[in-house]
Amino acid sequence: MDPTQTKQGYQDYVDKKSPNSPIAKNLFNAFWTGGLICSIGQIILNICKERGFDITTSGTIVSIILIGLSAFLTGLNIFNKIGKFCGAGSLIPITGFANSIVSPAMEYKSEGYVMGVGAKMFTVARTCFSFWYFKCYYCWNYIFNF
Amino acid sequence: MQKIGKQTIKFDAPPTVSECASIVGPKEADGPLCKYFDQTLEDEFWGEKSWEKAESKIIKETVSTLIGKSGVSTADVDMVIAGDLLNQCISSSFGLRDSNIPFLGVFGACSTFVESMSISAICVEGFAKNVICATSSHFCSAEKQFRFPLELGNQRPPTAQWTVTGSGAALISKSGNGPFITHITPGKIVDMGIKDANSMGAAMAPAFCDTLLTHFQDTGRNPSYYDAIISGDLGHIGKEISIDIMKSHGYNIKSNYNDCGVMIFDKASQDTHSGGSGCACCATVFSGYWFKQLQNKKVKKILLIATGALMNSTSSQQGESIPGIAHAISIEI
Repeated sequence: MDPTQTKQGYQDYVDKKSPNSPIAKNLFNAFWTGGLICSIGQIILNICKERGFDITTSGTIVSIILIGLSAFLTGLNIFNKIGKFCGAGSLIPITGFANSIVSPAMEYKSEGYVMGVGAKMFTVARTCFSFWYFKCYYCWNYIFNF
Repeated sequence: MQKIGKQTIKFDAPPTVSECASIVGPKEADGPLCKYFDQTLEDEFWGEKSWEKAESKIIKETVSTLIGKSGVSTADVDMVIAGDLLNQCISSSFGLRDSNIPFLGVFGACSTFVESMSISAICVEGFAKNVICATSSHFCSAEKQFRFPLELGNQRPPTAQWTVTGSGAALISKSGNGPFITHITPGKIVDMGIKDANSMGAAMAPAFCDTLLTHFQDTGRNPSYYDAIISGDLGHIGKEISIDIMKSHGYNIKSNYNDCGVMIFDKASQDTHSGGSGCACCATVFSGYWFKQLQNKKVKKILLIATGALMNSTSSQQGESIPGIAHAISIEI
């Protein structure tokens, strides 16, 4: 039978024909690499605390190191290879956030510092910002209305 | 030149594809067709500051390679018809701004190469002696325009295709010893409602089959008439879908059908998922591989059908489906 007789029929046929992403493998890799990145963060935090920093400062140091490392690896064209393997494992921690800002900054450097780097740097991350505000707003309402 | 059937044009004095040239990027050079291209690049920038400039340089150098190989002087070229994927076709217009040849910019997404060859053939049958058609695409500039920054660490779905970096150009002449362009079948826009921009093969396959069926009906030919039926960039998934659709219409094309997107990369070792795509996919594979096969008489009759997805990043973000198009050109010795 001709799969292109109806649009819905064709969509169903294409869905059946197209290979799916290897979900089990992706989930497994995301799980252990995400855990590994967070463990590295925890190790840095513990070292900082042992050296006598308070918890807030230690947390800041962890963020700075992980963001710095992720930005550095993005610059060396290594992070995209890590991201391809880890998926959400490297995307969800702060490393993914740093990568999402540095990668457009590098990409749009050719359009200059004002209209390129400055304007396009947050192309990927700004949706994250927008929804953070939403989340805060609703959480705030939720907490204080009940 | 006369119209036969619904939408096919038959040439009375078939124009000749007298010479072809191709330049490809490093990933294509690692692929199975490496030895057929005129030049392969070691890096994507080719000494330029941006990918857009690199793409312009690629098309410029491809056209000058073509002119050099053909021995036709620039003054004898009546027209250059070119296109690419970047907004307002800047690669071709910037690349060819110093060429000093009348220029027609065309856009048919990845079907542009056969579109420009069709227009060239019509011009040659009409008034021109020599017309150059050229197209280019660049993986990095296409990713930047259509998808995400290159350095972003994300995963590509298995249906995604890899835009070919490179450019292919052909010289269509009034006189010559062939191969000859005997028929062209410009395609209709076909939209089967596919919305996933990572599933281009599935979006374009119905258009490919529509043009192929129309070509057979108009000319009275069947798949076995051609030594090879070649689609532009349907990729592995689009190729399988097309075979299925054609089978449902009673045509078995499996034995002599191939896709440029499938041919240009080695799926297993190059991690290109569903295969190659882009304006340069069909252009480089035809100019590099198929033209040489025709010249050496290893194949005598081919039907080249370039396929295009007529969308942009805004239309897919707005949830529009992807209209597909396919143009066919019959090249015979």
